[in-house]
Amino acid sequence: MSRPNDAPLAVIASRIRMEEKLIFAALARHGIPYDQLDERSLVMALEDTAVPYAAVINRSISNTRSLYATRLFEARGIPVVNRSQVIETCGDKILTSLALLQAGVPTPRTTVALTPEAALTAIDHFGYPAVLKPVTGSWGRLLAKVNDREAAEAILEHKEMLGSPAHSVIYIQEYIAKPGRDIRVNVIGDRVVNAIYRCSEHWITNTARGAVAQPCELTPDLVELSLRAAQAVGGGVLAVDLLERPDGSLIVTEINHTMEFYRTVTATGVDVAEALVAYVRQVARL
Amino acid sequence: MSTCPECDGEVTVASDALAGEIVVCPDCQAELEIIALGPVELALAPEVEEDWGE
Repeated sequence: MSRPNDAPLAVIASRIRMEEKLIFAALARHGIPYDQLDERSLVMALEDTAVPYAAVINRSISNTRSLYATRLFEARGIPVVNRSQVIETCGDKILTSLALLQAGVPTPRTTVALTPEAALTAIDHFGYPAVLKPVTGSWGRLLAKVNDREAAEAILEHKEMLGSPAHSVIYIQEYIAKPGRDIRVNVIGDRVVNAIYRCSEHWITNTARGAVAQPCELTPDLVELSLRAAQAVGGGVLAVDLLERPDGSLIVTEINHTMEFYRTVTATGVDVAEALVAYVRQVARL
Repeated sequence: MSTCPECDGEVTVASDALAGEIVVCPDCQAELEIIALGPVELALAPEVEEDWGE
C-alpha cells in the first residue's frame, strides 16, 4: 500500500521531556501535522496493512518497546527514525563494538565473556583496571571500574546472584584515563549538528550522573570520526560518545539512538530539534 | 488545580502541559505523570525500568 501524501507524522513517546517538546514545537513551526503516540498503549494487528503515517519519529524511552514498535511500523512500509537495525545495534554494546571494529573506527579494547565465571579469568588476562558494563542499559547505570581481582570477584558474584541471563554476559573494556570529560556529538543524517564536553570529577561522565555540559569545538577530526561512527551503526539521528586518550587521540565508546539533546542545545545554542525535523522530512519525502 | 494521588495535596499543572509530562507534587515530592488533559489526571510516575535510557 502506498503512503498518502497528506498523512501525518507519528511521534512515539511515553515520557514527554524537554526534547519531545522541542520536537513538537519544530513540527508546529513547519506546519507538519503529527499524532503523539504513547507506545505503552500501542496495539497493531500484524495482518492490518493500513499506512496511517507518512513517517514515525521514535522517542520511546524503553529500548525494548522502541525496537518492537519500530519493527511493526517498518513492516507496513512506514519509515521510522531511527531504523530498527540501528536501534538493535546501538541498544547492544557488543553489537555496537563489533560494528565500530568492522568499520575501522577506533574504540576501546573490549573483551566479552558469556558467564561471570569465564569473565574472572578474562579480566585477569585483560588486566586491571577494567571497566565492566551491562550489554544493554543507559544513563551510566551499572558501570563498574574494577581495580583489582577482589573487586572483580565481588561485582561478578552480584551479577550472577541478582541479574537476568543478559546480566551474566560480561562486557569488559579498557579503562581510559580521560581528562575529566568525555565528548557527546550529535549526528543527524550526514551532518554533525553540535557537540559538548561532559565534564565531571567522577570517571562516569554522563549528564544523567551529574556531569556538566560545556560547548565543544567541531574540529575536522571530531567531525570525521563521528560521521564514520554513525555510519558504522547504520546512520540516522544519533549521539556519538567519544573519549580523549592521554595522547589526545579520539576513540568512540558508545552511540545512542534516542538521543537526549536538551543540554547540548542549552550549551551550544544549536537547534537540534530543527535539524531533526528537517532530516525526518527528507526521510519521509515531505 | 489537580490532586496528588499519593498524598491528596494540590498540584498545579501548567496550562501548556502535555500528556506524558512529569510533575512533582509540592507536598510529598512524588513524581507524577500527567496521564490525561482536560480535565487533568495524574498518576504516580512509573519507576525507572531496566531498559530505559537514551
